[in-house]
Amino acid sequence: MNRRHFMKTLGVAGASLAGGAARAAEQAATPEFFGVLVDTTRCIGCRSCELACAEEAGLPLPDIENDGALAEERDTSESCWTLVNRYQTSQGDVFVKRQCMHCWQPACVAACLTRAMYKTATGPVIWRSPQCMGCRFCMVSCPFDVPKFEYDEWNPKIQKCNLCWQRLEQDRKPACVESCPTDALMFGRKRDLMEIARTRIYNHPERYVHKIYGEYEVGGTGWLYLAAVPFEELGFRTDLGTTPYPEFTRDFLYGVPLVLFGLPALLYGLHELSEPQGREPAGEE
Amino acid sequence: MADRLSLMREFGRFLRFLLSELRPRGRMLTPFNLISVPVIVAAAAILVVRFTRGLGAVTNLSQEVPWGLWIGFDVVTGVAFAGGAYVITFAVYVMRMEKYRPIVRATVLNGLLAYIFYAGALALDLGRPWNIINPIIGNKFGFSSVLFLVSWHFMLYMLAEFIEFSPAVAEWLGWKRVRRVLHAFTLTAVILGITLSTLHQSGLGALYLMAKPKIHPLWYTEFIPILFFVSSIFAGLSMIILEGTLSHRVFATQINHKRHGSFEEIILGLGKGAAIAMFVYYFFHALVFVHDHRWQLITDLWGVWYLVEILGFVLVPCVLFAYGVRNRSVSIVRTAAILALIGIIMNRLNISVIAFNWNSAAHYYPSWQEIVVTLMVIFSEIWVFRWIVLRMPVMREAHELPSRPTESRPSELTASA
Ligand code: SF4
Ligand code: SF4
Repeated sequence: MNRRHFMKTLGVAGASLAGGAARAAEQAATPEFFGVLVDTTRCIGCRSCELACAEEAGLPLPDIENDGALAEERDTSESCWTLVNRYQTSQGDVFVKRQCMHCWQPACVAACLTRAMYKTATGPVIWRSPQCMGCRFCMVSCPFDVPKFEYDEWNPKIQKCNLCWQRLEQDRKPACVESCPTDALMFGRKRDLMEIARTRIYNHPERYVHKIYGEYEVGGTGWLYLAAVPFEELGFRTDLGTTPYPEFTRDFLYGVPLVLFGLPALLYGLHELSEPQGREPAGEE
Repeated sequence: MADRLSLMREFGRFLRFLLSELRPRGRMLTPFNLISVPVIVAAAAILVVRFTRGLGAVTNLSQEVPWGLWIGFDVVTGVAFAGGAYVITFAVYVMRMEKYRPIVRATVLNGLLAYIFYAGALALDLGRPWNIINPIIGNKFGFSSVLFLVSWHFMLYMLAEFIEFSPAVAEWLGWKRVRRVLHAFTLTAVILGITLSTLHQSGLGALYLMAKPKIHPLWYTEFIPILFFVSSIFAGLSMIILEGTLSHRVFATQINHKRHGSFEEIILGLGKGAAIAMFVYYFFHALVFVHDHRWQLITDLWGVWYLVEILGFVLVPCVLFAYGVRNRSVSIVRTAAILALIGIIMNRLNISVIAFNWNSAAHYYPSWQEIVVTLMVIFSEIWVFRWIVLRMPVMREAHELPSRPTESRPSELTASA
């Protein structure tokens, strides 16, 4: 029994306040998550996905013909869940769609103290309005800066892509995937998508850099990317590491029950041992 | 019947007593009042705008910078400053260092109010504060969230601090029997309070663990929780030293002469504790520095800023504390305390605001409204503190009642202490 396992057991045995128990149980089941494979070599920058997303989510519709939005690099916002950016590279213009990555072990979900951020059994990371208290800890924690907050509302919402989880329940694909005219977006189980991605690289080694973004990043993400140029040139952060982000707080949270039960006993012991009217100076703790 | 009548009369007297206590005491036109009252009024107006038109209307927060001054200073720094309560209760109730008993009540009161106001400021920053009860009720427990832990611990800690302070309230009201009951809970509350403090002081640091790619590597380390905990010890002690000196002057009439003599001893003792805690803190920083190979990072302006914090506002006050204690100089200890507090503000703001998103284009400066609201939080805490100190036995012994019309006190319960 190694240390982590030991701590985990303690965590499970510990008080409900202490945390850890629910998560350990959640991770016991390994479901097959769905995701999307983005082949940026196929994307023509038509932004149909932006329009389809806005329609599906009831957000302001972008004027994709005339608004010239490709001119500069944009970020998703509280009124736009997904968008396409253009990058000028050695291989010519490359278009990259952006949205929530639907991480395997999402930092935003681990951060949320009300379980408003929630990863469903099939993979989408969704935001549940009635629970959210607007603390924005999910924004602080998300390595991709995805969740967006409505700063100009008295009753603000968190806005981000939810992978059309309600469509998935009806066995339909996400709206963006369905709208894509070039099959740059492909929806499926991550296992299958990985196989397809690897096959493409294998069959056309000259066309792709030999890396699938999202395979290991932050512990693996639901969205996967293929590209012809190194991902740094396409605005991707490649310094995020492969550790799932909830791991960063895990040791701390497992330590909590130890302190919660151990320290009072220790303090009480000290109290019993200490001389009444002791004269020691303070701070020797 | 007669019973009920006397009960009603007693209740009436109690109400009159409360009303008389609510009246302000002392001069109204003090410099502090002249500054704080307009600030509080302005902040109230700002908060009306904030709750009707959203956070964006009064703050400079953005999608890149979701937490600003209200979290970084009010909550994260304020709570570190309030660390004195758990350190002092540890010394007095657990280690039985009687020397510090005279400052226990003032410190605990300060801690309690700091939590109510500074942690309370969290509610101003929440987008949907009415959902604040969600993590407390129902099946909405985000066990995996550090913030869940911190908010629960805030709540329980306030309760513990209130129990620790409640005997003073009972004495003020002249409730002798209630006082005895409450007093019996003190040790339990103290032990609970220290435990909770250990966890949420470090928990505040753990909040930033998942922000790894956003915080400058000079300030990010997996040991942030430990650093936060250790620094809260000397932050709290420094705050007591500073507050003690201030309130010693401001509330001079409240403190009797017997305590005056031990005052210097207390300050020097606190200084010694702070020196030790600061040395440990400095040592941890040095370890992290070596462990993370940070010397490669101190070549630019960030590096200079980091060294200013660690050398100028950790090492220097640490040495000053030690020097001041050795030479029995209260004024040097006080200077050290001020430097140490500045260092804490720098450290907490560096992690939460300044070095947060250091590599992104978006830069954050607090808006004037955010600053006014922050000042309001501080001022209203002082107002309430002053109100309580002038009325309840915080600085003075319970039997040293201030001149007060005795007939307005509940009669048969008066015999206090
Ligand atoms: S990309 Fe961000 S918002 Fe999306 S699942 Fe991952 S952590 Fe959550
Ligand atoms: S802002 Fe809402 S969804 Fe995000 S962590 Fe806070 S409560 Fe959860």
